[in-house]
Amino acid sequence: MSTDLRDLYQEIILEHSRNPKNAGTLDDPDGRATGNNPLCGDRIILYVKLDGDRIKDAKFDARGCAVSVASASIMTEMLIGRSIAEVRQEHKRFADLLISKDDPCLADDDELSALMGVREFPARLKCATLPWEALVAAVDGNETDVTTE
Amino acid sequence: MVRNTCYPIDRIRADFPILSEKVHGKQLVYLDNGASAQKPSAVISQISKTYETAYANVHRGVHHMSQIATDAMEDARRKAQKLLNAGNEKEIIFVRGATEGINLVASSWGRANLKPGDEIILSVLEHHSNIVPWQIIAEQTGAVIKVVPIDDAGVFLIDEYAKLLSDRTKMVAVTHVSNALGTIVPVNEVIRLARENGSLVLLDGCQAVPHLSVDVQALDVDFYVFSGHKLYGPSGIGVLYGKEALLNDMPPYEGGGEMINRVTFEKTTYAELPFKFEAGTPHIGGIIALGAAIDYVNDIGFDAISAHEHDLLGYATERLNEMNSIEILGTAPAKAAILSFNIKDVHPHDVGTILDHSGIAVRTGHHCAQPVMDRFNVAATVRASFGLYNTHSEIDALVEGISNVQEMFG
Repeated sequence: MSTDLRDLYQEIILEHSRNPKNAGTLDDPDGRATGNNPLCGDRIILYVKLDGDRIKDAKFDARGCAVSVASASIMTEMLIGRSIAEVRQEHKRFADLLISKDDPCLADDDELSALMGVREFPARLKCATLPWEALVAAVDGNETDVTTE
Repeated sequence: MVRNTCYPIDRIRADFPILSEKVHGKQLVYLDNGASAQKPSAVISQISKTYETAYANVHRGVHHMSQIATDAMEDARRKAQKLLNAGNEKEIIFVRGATEGINLVASSWGRANLKPGDEIILSVLEHHSNIVPWQIIAEQTGAVIKVVPIDDAGVFLIDEYAKLLSDRTKMVAVTHVSNALGTIVPVNEVIRLARENGSLVLLDGCQAVPHLSVDVQALDVDFYVFSGHKLYGPSGIGVLYGKEALLNDMPPYEGGGEMINRVTFEKTTYAELPFKFEAGTPHIGGIIALGAAIDYVNDIGFDAISAHEHDLLGYATERLNEMNSIEILGTAPAKAAILSFNIKDVHPHDVGTILDHSGIAVRTGHHCAQPVMDRFNVAATVRASFGLYNTHSEIDALVEGISNVQEMFG
C-alpha cells in the first residue's frame, strides 16, 4: 500500500471516523447549517450553541465518508470553547494548508496535522472542508445550505 | 462458469491504447464504463484522419473538402441509423449527447403538446437527465409527473406502471437499462401498454446501446437517445432517434444556421429533417468518429459483446457474493454489465480512493440517480461497470482491492 494512502487513512483518521466525537444533534441550537456535496450526495448538518462569542457546544449529523466524518470530529473537538473569530481563523488556516504548494510545517500537537494526508488527494479535498464550511455558516446564524460547489 | 474462449479479448484489448497505462504504478483496471468508455485506436485515428485529410464545414461549400466532410458525416448518420435499425436516416438527429436529446424532446414536443393535467410517466430508475428536463417542461405547461416504483431487487414494477397509465398519460420516458443498478427494463411491455393508452414513449438508451442490440422499429418506440462516449466514441456527440412524423410535427428546438430553408425578417421556413433540429455547425469530427466507433462494435458483434459482458457480470456477482459484508444493490434477474455495491461500514468514496491506488477505476457516488439511492436509503454506492474489453482477472483485481479496503477499515 502506498505512503500517500497510509497518510490519508492513518489510524487517527480511521479512529475518528469509527468513533466520531460530537456526533449527534443539539436541541435549540443558536446556529445550524447543512453542508451538501452535490457531486457525491454527502451531507452534514452542523449544530452550535454559543456562549457570547464562544462556541459552547457543537454537534454534527453526517452522512459522509471517513475523511469528512474524521474532519468534523477533529474540528469540533478542537473548536468547542474557542471564539467565533478563532473559528474563522482556523477555517482559513485549514483551507490554506490544504491548497498550499509548500509542505505544511505543523507543530506535533497541531490537531490539523492528522488531516494533512488529504493534500495528496485533490478529489477528496472537499470531503475534508465540507464540515468546516458548514460550521462557519452555522456560527453566522445561516439556516441556509452551503455546498462545496 | 463457462468462459467464452472464442472471444478475441487479447486483440480487443490491444485496440485500446489507454488500457496499457499505469495508474499509481499499477496496471489500469478500468471498470467505469458506465460513466464513459475508453476509445479504440480506430476511433482515435479517425479523429486525426478527419482533420488531416477530409475536413471543412458541412452542407455549405461547393468545394471538394466540404463535400467529402459532408459525405463522411452523412455516412456516419447511416451507420447510426443501421445501429438502431431506424427506418429512415432523417430520423437520426445528432445531438451533444443523450441529455441534449431528452431536453430537445421535452422542450420541443412538450411545449407544443403538453397541457395542464397531462401526465408524464418516469421511473425511480431514471438518471437525472431523464428527470429534470421533464420537471422543467411540466412546470412550464402544468403537466404532472408520475413515477413508476421499483422493488427491492431494483426491478421495474410493470403492474404498478400499468396502474399509472390513463388517457391523461401523454409521455412515458424511461431508461432502457438502469445506470445505477443495471436493471434491464421490460421495454417491449412498457411500450405495448403505453400504446394501449395512446401515450408516446421515449427510451434513454445510454446504458443499453453499448451492451445490447437495439431495434427501434421492432420496439415501435417513438424516441430513443444515446451518447456516443459510452459506445467507445467521442464525448460531445450523441443521437436522438425520433419517428419521422413526430419530428416533422415538432417545432425547432434551437434556431440558427443549417436548420433553415429560407430566412427573411418577415418569415423563416425551416429545413427538412434531420437538419431542422441541427442548428449551427455540428460536431463534424465527433460524428465521423462516432461512425468509426459503431463500425468497431459491429465488427465484434453485439451477440459476442453481450455474451462476454454477461459472463463478466455473472463472475463478478459470484465473487462479490462470496465476500463478507458486501451488499449488492440491484439484483434483478435481467441486468446488463453494471454491479453496484456497498461495503459494510465503509463509505463508497473511501472505497474509490483506495481502489484507485491499486489502479482500479470505479465510480463512487449517487451516479446522477438520487431517487435510486433514496429508494435503497443510501447516499452513494460503488459501481463497477463492464465493457467489451474487461477481463476476469480485472474482476479478481477488484475483489483483491475490496479485501484491502476491508482490511484497512476492519
